[in-house]
Amino acid sequence: MKFAVVVFPGSNCDHDAYHAVKHVLGQDAEFVWHRDASLADADAVILPGGFAHGDYLRTGAIARFSPIMREVRTFADAGGPVLGICNGFQVLLEAGLLPGAMLRNRSVRFQCEHVFVRVEQTDTPFTVGCHRGQTLKIPIAHGEGNYYAEPETIERLERNRQVIFRYTSATGDVTDEANPNGSANNIAGLCSDRRNVVGLMPHPERACELQLGSADGLAVLESVVKYVTQGAVAAAR
Amino acid sequence: MKTLSGTPDPELLERHGLTRDEYQRIVEMLGREPTFTELGIFSVMWSEHCSYKSSRVHLRKLPTTGRRVVQGPGENAGAVDIGDGLAAVFKIESHNHPSFIEPYQGAATGVGGIIRDIFTMGARPIALLNSLRFGPLEDPLVRRTFSGVVAGIAGYGNSIGIPTVGGEIAFDESYTRNPLVNVFCLGIAKSEEIMKAAASGAGNPVYYVGAKTGRDGIHGATMASAEFDDKSAEKRPAVQVGDPFMEKLLLEACLEVMKTDALVGIQDMGAAGLTCSTCEMGARGGAGIAIDVSLVPQRETRMTPYEIMLSESQERMLLVVRKGREREVERIFDKWDLHAVRIGEVTNDGRLHVKERGQTVAEIPTAALTVGAPVYERPMTEPAYVAEAAQLALRSLGKPPAPSVVFTRLLASPTIASKRWVYRQYDHMVRTNTLVIPGMGAGVVRVKGTGRALALSVDGNGRYVYLDPFLGAQLAVAEAARNVACAGAEPVGATNCLNFGNPERPEIMWQFARAVDGLATACRALDIPITGGNVSLYNETDGRAVLPTPVLGVVGIIEDDSRVVRRTFERDGDLIVLLGTSANELGGSEYLKTIHGLVRGRPPALDLGLEAALQRLIVEAIAQGLIRSAHDCAEGGLAITIAECCFDTGLGALADLPAVDVDAADFCDISTLFNESASRVVASADPQTAERLVQLAAKRSVPARVIGRVGGDRIRIGIDGRAVIDEPVIGAERIWADTIGAFFESQRAIA
Repeated sequence: MKFAVVVFPGSNCDHDAYHAVKHVLGQDAEFVWHRDASLADADAVILPGGFAHGDYLRTGAIARFSPIMREVRTFADAGGPVLGICNGFQVLLEAGLLPGAMLRNRSVRFQCEHVFVRVEQTDTPFTVGCHRGQTLKIPIAHGEGNYYAEPETIERLERNRQVIFRYTSATGDVTDEANPNGSANNIAGLCSDRRNVVGLMPHPERACELQLGSADGLAVLESVVKYVTQGAVAAAR
Repeated sequence: MKTLSGTPDPELLERHGLTRDEYQRIVEMLGREPTFTELGIFSVMWSEHCSYKSSRVHLRKLPTTGRRVVQGPGENAGAVDIGDGLAAVFKIESHNHPSFIEPYQGAATGVGGIIRDIFTMGARPIALLNSLRFGPLEDPLVRRTFSGVVAGIAGYGNSIGIPTVGGEIAFDESYTRNPLVNVFCLGIAKSEEIMKAAASGAGNPVYYVGAKTGRDGIHGATMASAEFDDKSAEKRPAVQVGDPFMEKLLLEACLEVMKTDALVGIQDMGAAGLTCSTCEMGARGGAGIAIDVSLVPQRETRMTPYEIMLSESQERMLLVVRKGREREVERIFDKWDLHAVRIGEVTNDGRLHVKERGQTVAEIPTAALTVGAPVYERPMTEPAYVAEAAQLALRSLGKPPAPSVVFTRLLASPTIASKRWVYRQYDHMVRTNTLVIPGMGAGVVRVKGTGRALALSVDGNGRYVYLDPFLGAQLAVAEAARNVACAGAEPVGATNCLNFGNPERPEIMWQFARAVDGLATACRALDIPITGGNVSLYNETDGRAVLPTPVLGVVGIIEDDSRVVRRTFERDGDLIVLLGTSANELGGSEYLKTIHGLVRGRPPALDLGLEAALQRLIVEAIAQGLIRSAHDCAEGGLAITIAECCFDTGLGALADLPAVDVDAADFCDISTLFNESASRVVASADPQTAERLVQLAAKRSVPARVIGRVGGDRIRIGIDGRAVIDEPVIGAERIWADTIGAFFESQRAIA
């Protein structure tokens, strides 16, 4: 299968995402420039981490106007799998492809460290290869990952099972101590109501080789390979 | 041209940091009085910061060549061969003065500046480290400086996407109003594609690209060449403001342009801005450069040629493009939303011509500004304190506290305590190469596609250098190289940042010269060439100098990136092996400073032959799989080192040390536990292979002995069979881990 990795000016995890899908997973991958008008016939799209357009104004606020985002929206509307990682997640929020917003971490500082997330739902393209309740050790690296939405929205997300990753302890318990940034309901990742657009703050592409401290992120990226090549979502429900 | 008439008044010269003799030299070189713009240009190019006028005669003593050296000093950064046709391009630089005046921007632009030095060479930057010095955190001003500097480093490095993979931080009163912020960057380039910062080919166009020029940073280089006093806050406009997003665009665009062969040369505009980049590029290429400042993109209105030439606005580059290839270069910059502007061309007369709308405002031979700068052999005197401070009589200190009390207090010393509060704010994983994260030993990054990795360490101990500059500087080299070796890497190259006080004082100059001698001696003995670096003088406030602090950044190569070793014990039941020997060496130690408030005695002795053998042994043993963890023994001595091997693992240790000979009986336990003898490493090894490790050490003439075993959940250390420390790992670790953060979290609670 083929991944498109979108490059905004200021993206800085684009090479990491490319390396993970191309050299670790052995899939086809192509960088797509933010001014491009096509997603290069990709089967899945990754919006990588970084500081798109310097994150000036607000994280992701300018990136949503990049020409490529029209294509991303069309691709998503057609049911294509889209993964926003960290800054990519923030771009998806600003673009309205996912609900809610990010506040500054409650520590008021940038934090880079390994955390644990629990897979809450497996009927998305990016979790279909996981099992429910599985905990993954994946690093975060952000200053604004404190997920916020109005209580009604949070309630709707929970009801529709759109919360797909939650910060937990190593043993999978949802505690305040395990919440690195103050996110509502320990939310680390969400999917859209059609379940094909996924945003998460931790970086699965940084956790694809044991040498780097964890290979748990493979579960996320391998899921979409399975989804695309075997069409395997329905069975997971 | 409107030149100055007659000899300018002393106040004008003082503002430009020029002496009367230097002014006369300018007049002789020009054959006339300078214009005001020329005066400004000379003042920055002849500043200590740009000209190295006090240090140059000494720096010549450093070894700068070796079989792996691809680029020595003189370019934007040095480079060493790392195999496969690749070179590691690296350098360390200081941003001390700006970081005191405006901590966030001072530190951020320090990071930005060193990154530009690396990609200017055609290298993709892949790692940052930093070496920081502050006063005691009890002081609210220090806390503000400290948190601002850390946030600035994080803000810039994280945004641009280069991981900060290591560093060191130490605290001493002397740095209270003069912090040290030294930043190291390393990049990877193909050896044959390394770019030079030289202008050549008359008629080739000169391009300006990047941020617009404003009035920020005017006379930054002169500021960095002066001491601080109570008026320093007035210098705030001389601190630049950084924009990491702009630099990210420049980085990507420049690397893309360099893939074409349309560039002749490239140089960033760092200290002394457009002035330094134009005349240095001209001088290196033996050419001249003519520019018109009215073509320079400007952020502010009515800027004078003087201001445009001296501005230190950040994120700007100067390029010499091959004639006929202009469109190609412009197109690449356009893609990155950058506008490359032609501001002049290369000439063949060896002169820097500056025009404003066609009118000449400066015309100076480039050589006058660079090689023609004054060189001083400043007078030197051994400071009076040296002989006195060398005396250390332990008996006079009375009865020392119990070992367990000292152990706890040292763990809570900010110099020793965990720096996790700091490096958690740095993105240390981006680019997915980081094999050893900060706090776990030397930073280690793999070089994708080669199977190799690089280990990086920055080290320096100002107390040792204060007490004995010659020995202290050697110890800095030894420690940085030893740290790299402890990760399994062969040290292959170094860069240095020399932070000292006012060189016009003979005592400071003596410290400097002796320290450079020490660096040269140690680098020769350990076969580690110095490929570049930076000198930061005038680190003084109100006439009081910082501890003389040479910082060494050492790069090492790990041949097999699957054999990387960390500080921490790995497995219950492993044997603990001490490589090297201990002696009663408490001089300059953390113990004396923390418990008695003293900086006294002689620093630990260093046998460079033994040090070299030890480092080779560790690298060899790690490559053979005989060592599971290795940790350099530094501040706080063996007891602290063993404790640090336990932290972050949950594993305890049971060790027994042979007592060292001490003339004051009361200090036997203290000295055995906390002496800082050099050339020691605490390693752990599988019980099956520990014996082979000890034998290999014997063969390499390195003392080695099994001193204990990994296991349990307590740190238990005895001396000759008598228990002296017995603490739960979890309690000791909490003290060590929480110390630095507590200064800030409690502050927030009050606020």
